[in-house]
Amino acid sequence: MSEQSSSSEKIPVTVLTGYLGAGKTTLLNRILSEPHGKKYAVIVNEFGEIGIDNDLVVGADEEVFEMNNGCICCTVRGDLVRILDGLMRRKGKFDAIIVETTGLADPAPVAQTFFIDENIGRKTKLDAVVTVADAKWLNERLKDAPEAKNQIAFADVILINKTDLVSPEELSEVEARIRGINPYAKLHKTERAQLPLDAVLGRNAFDLDRILDLEPDFLGSDKHDHHHNHDHSRDHDHNHHHGHDHTHAHSRGGLKHYHDEEMQSISLHTDKPLDPDKFFPWVQDLVQKEGPNILRCKGILAFKDDDQRFVFQGVHMILDGDHQRPWSADEKRESRIVFIGRNLPGKMITDGFESCIVT
Amino acid sequence: MAASGSDTVSVVERTRPIAVVGGIVAAHFLGPTAAFVLGEEAIVLVPPDGDMRRIITHGDAILATAADGARIVSGGDDGKVVATDANGASRVLANDAKHRWIDHVALGPDGAVAWSAGKTAYVQAKESNKQSNKELREFEAPSTVGGLAFFSKGFRLAIAHYNGATLWFPNATGAAPERLEWKGSHLGATVSPDGRFLVTTMQEPMLHGWRLSDRQHMRMSGYAARVMSLSWSAGGQWLATSGAAQLVLWPFQTKDGPMGKTPRLLTPSGHRIDVVSCHPSTDVVATGYNNGLVLLARIEDGAEILAKKPGDAPITALAWSGDGRLLAWGTDSGEAGIIDLA
Repeated sequence: MSEQSSSSEKIPVTVLTGYLGAGKTTLLNRILSEPHGKKYAVIVNEFGEIGIDNDLVVGADEEVFEMNNGCICCTVRGDLVRILDGLMRRKGKFDAIIVETTGLADPAPVAQTFFIDENIGRKTKLDAVVTVADAKWLNERLKDAPEAKNQIAFADVILINKTDLVSPEELSEVEARIRGINPYAKLHKTERAQLPLDAVLGRNAFDLDRILDLEPDFLGSDKHDHHHNHDHSRDHDHNHHHGHDHTHAHSRGGLKHYHDEEMQSISLHTDKPLDPDKFFPWVQDLVQKEGPNILRCKGILAFKDDDQRFVFQGVHMILDGDHQRPWSADEKRESRIVFIGRNLPGKMITDGFESCIVT
Repeated sequence: MAASGSDTVSVVERTRPIAVVGGIVAAHFLGPTAAFVLGEEAIVLVPPDGDMRRIITHGDAILATAADGARIVSGGDDGKVVATDANGASRVLANDAKHRWIDHVALGPDGAVAWSAGKTAYVQAKESNKQSNKELREFEAPSTVGGLAFFSKGFRLAIAHYNGATLWFPNATGAAPERLEWKGSHLGATVSPDGRFLVTTMQEPMLHGWRLSDRQHMRMSGYAARVMSLSWSAGGQWLATSGAAQLVLWPFQTKDGPMGKTPRLLTPSGHRIDVVSCHPSTDVVATGYNNGLVLLARIEDGAEILAKKPGDAPITALAWSGDGRLLAWGTDSGEAGIIDLA
């Protein structure tokens, strides 16, 4: 790790996902046509239906390759390894790379490519996974398309697009559904994918140094709900086994809360120090066993006898962590971890985490 | 670091420094003329007594090159396969109809050329004097082609891909290509000079090998990074490899190859080796490190000679002239040198 070039020299890569027709290509063309003076290399699926107006467009095949280590969730995008190797020969000719995936694509192999392939990780960095959701059709897709749910759960930034085609009630419904799956992504409501570009580009969502805050994002609107959800998700065991796919909602403070039966987030918190000799074996074991079900995780940790904040993040079984900086004097030393995943064993995870607290 | 200690023998003062504009991705020799392949557009030719010349061969990125001493064949993201000789004459051998990237190229012992674009591998036999009808053979791999390598004898090509490799006789129409299975993504291929072993580099930091007579598997692991550079020693006794903080040499002297054997480890350093190139006639390996260091290592006893001091940019290219007199090195930032060892 020490020999890697600093992250500022690396070419940022933004991944655009979203179900068919949600508006990915509209967003992409908007990014490209803004007068930002930047040059982008764009990697698109071969069979895209809408033209892309850019000098450097590369067709991808979306080949997902398993790693030869017996873990089915350890996958890379083989075509991306090839294309990024080639693009880096032209470094200096573009400022950033945008990868547009098909509606059926799983974002995880794309993200894992940057962690697994050291050669690529040295020259490029994953900036953020941006998911475009169709305000009118997302709820339907969440029921019948597992890919759509994956894309929401995985996202760092979510656009609820085509808001002009739905009523305010429908909009708050779809927002609540998204929050039931992923309360941490930055959420934007858009028409024709119109939003400031800095909302989707330059996010540094995978940069360990930028893991500052693991509070849920609620458009900054409602402090009460913000806190409510945080407490709620911490204490609640999400692992319902009803055997059929339905969601249940309860309303408090005006905003509906949904729990997706399949995909949830678990937030863990303690203001007591953690024992690193217990924590690391526990988290390693957890991602070994539950890796296929854990889509993303992030954490800020306070270890006993350690003046440094420790930060980590993960995608499925791959964990990446480091000391970030000293705790500042006015800062509360506490540990906070977030998991987003499918059918997560909430009680087991909570109990395991609590066993890492120094007693 | 031991390698740059004061008692190390050095040939640094025999270097002819070269500076090119653009990152160097490969180096070759065409007779005594050194050729530095740039990441974009051009190949820089440096004749022994003349000025360097920049030969434009591709519109944009140069993705792959191979050389046989007489010409360099390059593949670009402009969909072209181009042959360039020591005089700087370049000729387009093929132009992909869909302008797909030419990801890999290989040169056969009898002048045949192979290349791949995505999942398709192509082979063009050597043009004979009589026939200008260069027949193009085509093979559709099960996934994107990761690497190509000709056998030194016979018109036969090894194609690395996802979950294994394929051995293909382009002239044996009707005969099914032979599939070698091994799970995972295979990103490069090399055939031992005696044609008995195929070795692939994998997405994981390891190599995989097959003894072709009985398809015995060989797993060669322990690397810190993906192995990007492979080179057979003179006579094919050793396979030199990059990807670790020391030179890893796998023994291929016996019919079992490296099966059950440990590799020989030379030139330990705190830095990773990115490029290796074996001397064409003696058991000496040039090793290029990611801190800009170049060492020459004698396989027999591990004796080291300093060829280039560490610098700012990683070594990205190493090549020996056919007579073994000259060594060319190049870096990511366009720094290069030709060392005269005679």
